[in-house]
Amino acid sequence: MFDWLLWFTHMENSKPLALLLFFGAFCGILIYVFTGKRRARRLESYKYIPFDDEEPRRPELHGFARDNPRARIATQSRKVMDNE
Amino acid sequence: MAQSSALPAEQYNYDIVRKFTIMAMVWAVIGMSVGVYIASELAWPFLNFDIPALTFGRLRPVHTTLVIFGFGGSALFATSYYVVQRTCQARLAFPWLAEFTFWGWTGGVALGALTYVSGITQGREYAEFEWPLDIAITLVWVCYFLVYVETIRRRSQPHIYVANWFYLAFILAVALLHIFNNLAVPFSLTQSYSLFSGVQDAMTQWWYGHNAVGFFLTAAFLGMMYYFVPKQAGRPVYSYRLSIIHFWALIFLYMWAGGHHLHWTSLPDWVSTLAATFSVILLMPSWGGMINGIMTLSGAWDKLRSDPIMLFLITSLSFYGMSTFEGPLMSLKSVNALSHYTDWTIGHVHSGALGWVALVSFGSFYHLFPRLYDAKLHSQTLIYVHFWLATIGIVLYITSMWVAGIGQGLMLRSFDDYGNLAYTFIETVEFMHTPYVWRALGGAFFVAGVLVMAYNLVMTVRASRREQAALEAKLAAKLAKA
Repeated sequence: MFDWLLWFTHMENSKPLALLLFFGAFCGILIYVFTGKRRARRLESYKYIPFDDEEPRRPELHGFARDNPRARIATQSRKVMDNE
Repeated sequence: MAQSSALPAEQYNYDIVRKFTIMAMVWAVIGMSVGVYIASELAWPFLNFDIPALTFGRLRPVHTTLVIFGFGGSALFATSYYVVQRTCQARLAFPWLAEFTFWGWTGGVALGALTYVSGITQGREYAEFEWPLDIAITLVWVCYFLVYVETIRRRSQPHIYVANWFYLAFILAVALLHIFNNLAVPFSLTQSYSLFSGVQDAMTQWWYGHNAVGFFLTAAFLGMMYYFVPKQAGRPVYSYRLSIIHFWALIFLYMWAGGHHLHWTSLPDWVSTLAATFSVILLMPSWGGMINGIMTLSGAWDKLRSDPIMLFLITSLSFYGMSTFEGPLMSLKSVNALSHYTDWTIGHVHSGALGWVALVSFGSFYHLFPRLYDAKLHSQTLIYVHFWLATIGIVLYITSMWVAGIGQGLMLRSFDDYGNLAYTFIETVEFMHTPYVWRALGGAFFVAGVLVMAYNLVMTVRASRREQAALEAKLAAKLAKA
């Protein structure tokens, strides 16, 4: 009944299968990360997290962040002082 | 979407961060000084003084343990506790457990060094601790994991910043590596036999050894880089999406590369080839991360002229790029046939350890200290002095090891017309004397830089205390008048 499981015990089968699974997962991550404009904006907005706890000294904005209201809000709403 | 929450600075637990940063500096001074001493022993063997505790074999694990686990480990505890609080905007969970990680880790490293000079060792590279210390370290590590994960769970930010991914991967992977590599059968309090034998034992050891480099000395310090480079530059990381790809590719690829430490041994050939293949592919995420870090300065390169801390951080990334190019090159079987068992390997390790790990830690500490002690750094000039001492030291170190290693490798594989070895072993030793002297000098430069840094930091803390005392006196006087 479970003889088909033996197929996985042969290295010539399991190695290419593992390769396909891992490579597929990696391609999936690539596609997820680099497709979708809204998702891209959301992911890129996270890079402002280290500045969220700073005093109101804005990091220089450049690229899409300059034109992105959500990213700008993230850099402006700092409440935790940094003692700098 | 990133969001902020109101938390005054004193609500963060900086006390534990201060303790770990101070101990990191203490271990750096001791561990690197021991390194210079054993480098000098190789150049001038009389420095052994016929005292067993001072021989290279005893002191070498003391050096590696103090710099990797003492300095590097304490720097990672300090920065990870700082970064997780600042990016999650939550106070460190379980403060008493965090305190235990400090005393447990510091005690473990100190006891480890003492056992090595007494000749008590497992004989496994970078895992020389005998079994009682291994168990103690496991306990400390589990507590570290609990503190870290619970702090993340209590975060005010909906998103977990990428630096924390790297730190968490480091905590998890090191737990896995430490436990499996140290599986042993104890037969006394100070001795044990590995559970594995033969080539399996070697494979387990180098699966551990390479991933100690991959997760302890790379992934975790990348976590440091992803927080401190943007903070010091005052601008966000170049691409957050690239950091996500960097993370997943790096942690997946590193696990397979350990076999390249065992080329041309009884290791199955396919394992060797697999390890070399993954090592070459590793170049891509490594350079992706390096470019992501360096490009954070895009449009603000002038900071390199005016900010010595930025010099440390960007130079560390350049050394990271260089050593992650050299690593895949050395993992190729043909190159490895020349480089393995020579000082080229030592040079490669130090270009990563001094150039990447130490410089990124120094840069981060220079950023951290004024914030931890609420004071300006004592001297900017001394940071420049430290930077140049460290850079000259690293360059002297790695170039002398290239000369020693490649020369040694070429001599050991030279044959005369009759198929006899062209050089005797002692001739290779004589050849290496001069590069060994230069290497010791390079190390001395580096340690001199660390001493300058320690002086600068001590003066910063003293100034902070003086200011605080003056402020308190002023306040007391005002209250008395009122």
